[in-house]
Amino acid sequence: MRWSVVARNNCCAIWSRAEPSRVSTPPASSPNGSPGGGPSLGLSIQINEVEKRYGMRLALRGVTLSIAAGECVALVGHNGSGKTTLLKIAAQLTRPSRGKIAFHAGENPISLEEVKNRVGLVGHHTLLYEELTAEENLIFFAKLFGLENPPGKAREALQPVGLSGRATDLVRTFSRGMRQRLSIARALLASPGLLLLDEAGTGLDPEGQQWLGAAIKRLRDSGCTILMSTHGRNETQGAVTRAIRLDGGKITHDSGPGGDPHKILVMAAVRDSGEESAS
Amino acid sequence: MTLARAAGVILSKELRTEFRSRELLGTTVVFVLIVIVLFSFTFNPTSSESRRFGPGLLWLAFLFAGSLMLQSSFVREQTNDTLAALRLAPIDPFSILAGKMAANFLFLLLVEVILLPVFAVLYNVAILPVLGPLLVVLALGTIGLAATGTVFSAVAAQARLRELLLPLLLLPVLAPVLIASTEATVGILRDPSELSLVWLTFLFCFDVVFLTAAWMVGEYLLEE
Amino acid sequence: MATEAQAQQTGRAVISVPSIALVFLLLAAASYGALIWSPTENTMGLVQRIFYFHVSSAWSGFVSFVLVFIGSIAYLRTRALKWDWLSVASAEVGVAFFTIVLVTGPIWAKPVWGIWWTWDARLTSSFLLWVLFVSYLVLRTLVDEPERRALVSAVFGIFAALDIPLVYFSIWWFRTQHPQPVIGDGGKLDSRMGWVLLLTWAAMLGVMTVLIRLRYRLEALRAEVDAYRMEASRNA
Repeated sequence: MRWSVVARNNCCAIWSRAEPSRVSTPPASSPNGSPGGGPSLGLSIQINEVEKRYGMRLALRGVTLSIAAGECVALVGHNGSGKTTLLKIAAQLTRPSRGKIAFHAGENPISLEEVKNRVGLVGHHTLLYEELTAEENLIFFAKLFGLENPPGKAREALQPVGLSGRATDLVRTFSRGMRQRLSIARALLASPGLLLLDEAGTGLDPEGQQWLGAAIKRLRDSGCTILMSTHGRNETQGAVTRAIRLDGGKITHDSGPGGDPHKILVMAAVRDSGEESAS
Repeated sequence: MTLARAAGVILSKELRTEFRSRELLGTTVVFVLIVIVLFSFTFNPTSSESRRFGPGLLWLAFLFAGSLMLQSSFVREQTNDTLAALRLAPIDPFSILAGKMAANFLFLLLVEVILLPVFAVLYNVAILPVLGPLLVVLALGTIGLAATGTVFSAVAAQARLRELLLPLLLLPVLAPVLIASTEATVGILRDPSELSLVWLTFLFCFDVVFLTAAWMVGEYLLEE
Repeated sequence: MATEAQAQQTGRAVISVPSIALVFLLLAAASYGALIWSPTENTMGLVQRIFYFHVSSAWSGFVSFVLVFIGSIAYLRTRALKWDWLSVASAEVGVAFFTIVLVTGPIWAKPVWGIWWTWDARLTSSFLLWVLFVSYLVLRTLVDEPERRALVSAVFGIFAALDIPLVYFSIWWFRTQHPQPVIGDGGKLDSRMGWVLLLTWAAMLGVMTVLIRLRYRLEALRAEVDAYRMEASRNA
């Protein structure tokens, strides 16, 4: 059940500047690896007629969607369109009122419990403990994910996000941008095959957003599936391969697996900036 | 990851967080102290009166303090939505509750142990000769308080007026614990050999029943 | 369609006129028996007659709370809201019955013992059970969303119901250690009194059933209205 050596090698490759595609994988001895070798990092998701009700409010209505491994999908839409709800369902934080969600790694279906080992979420909130240090937070979550050598993993994770120098400082003393970066480090601790980002760029300055965009690109290149909700047009969208627009809980536009996401992204940005200037 | 191990990790996190600031412990100790002092104004604390009324008042003070303090267990997880982070982890959801129950038990026991000598001094009650049995009663009663209180604070976290709601839910359910603990304590203070097996067994049964109930249905409270 | 299924459930909860008539009959018979037919008790006189209603109300209240327990467990297993409707209906009716117990107790005690209240075992336990389920109802008013409310009520309902035997035992054992005048006692029961008691039990259980079904139906109708509103907003 624990993540294989394959993934850990890939994770190191992401963060070092080495070319991820050159990482060699051991032959089919890995429990999760596809027989043909090559990183099977990314999960694929099948969402079928999913509906989510909160009391009287329908957050999602009959959403059907299929996301292949390795896609980098942007979810756009105004607040209340259902983006966060969809991400929560993908993270299994909430169960759909109707419909089903399923995950596969390559050809093989994965149980919903197993999927929890392979999903990382960066949400609206930082999901961090203010009273603990950056290092303690990461060690705690590394332990909960059953990773080996939690202190080592924590130190490793702090490096790429540039927080190694602040490892022993309380999160309470961090700026918004630093918390966001730590939050991202937390999501990536267990080398997830699926990364969910809920407006992860907000709160970051343009430099931070650029860094995040580059990190997303590297992750995508290593095979990780990425589902991110974004607002407006920003630097984090560089690696996007597909865009889906949600409105009132339904999918209104989908650029599709092979299509060009930029039209939808631009349209969304125009609408969003229109709303901003109107309000 | 096994339930026990995950609960242990969460327990050590709770302990680390609390011992860093000690604000919850400190505030609770002061609160119980105030209640003890106020109670002393309601009757004449001679030695024999204290032995009769004191334990009841002490346990009441612990219950009140508990029902105020336990709320923070889940409120703290709402600040940065860390509860979501816990639920994302591949652990049995009950381990979140179990870890918090264990932490709350230790915190409450610590408060009680700190205040017991204060109570003994202020009310002229000799506790040293009966310290052993007294601690057993304290522990059994506090397990019931912590287990039920943690589950109910998860309940109250989903409702409005949660600070008022938790005592409202908790105190009636814990009435049997109040009766049993008070009676057992009174018996011990009156005559050490009078350690009531009936009440102790009762407290043990209470704890088993509610821990089992918490294990079976508690995790549903963490769903969204 | 969700709404049609719900409409069917509501329909099934309709109270039939014959069953209401039967309960009325039972109640009339029990009242006659309690107030006229049963012999006057030696020591306590006329006021003892209230004992029949006092005790049978306690029993009916107890049965109601057992229904809360069943409804709560069933909801957690099936997530079908109809079990939540049963729970809330039973809780409200149970509270009503225990209110009767708490009111008839002092009415009895004052003429007989000269005091309004004694903390005797039955009365104290009834009081605590009453408080417990009033807390249950208060909890429900503080959660707005139906599914969440059903969930938290079910968990609390289970804990409260499991507490009932513990409450009874602890108060009973406490009272045996510290005896007090007993209010809930009927005095010496002769055979006619026994029959009347049985009759009153049956009548009260009948009243309980009717009230719970009516309340259940009210809750079911509310849910049906909500479901129609939901349909409307979905198609909007």
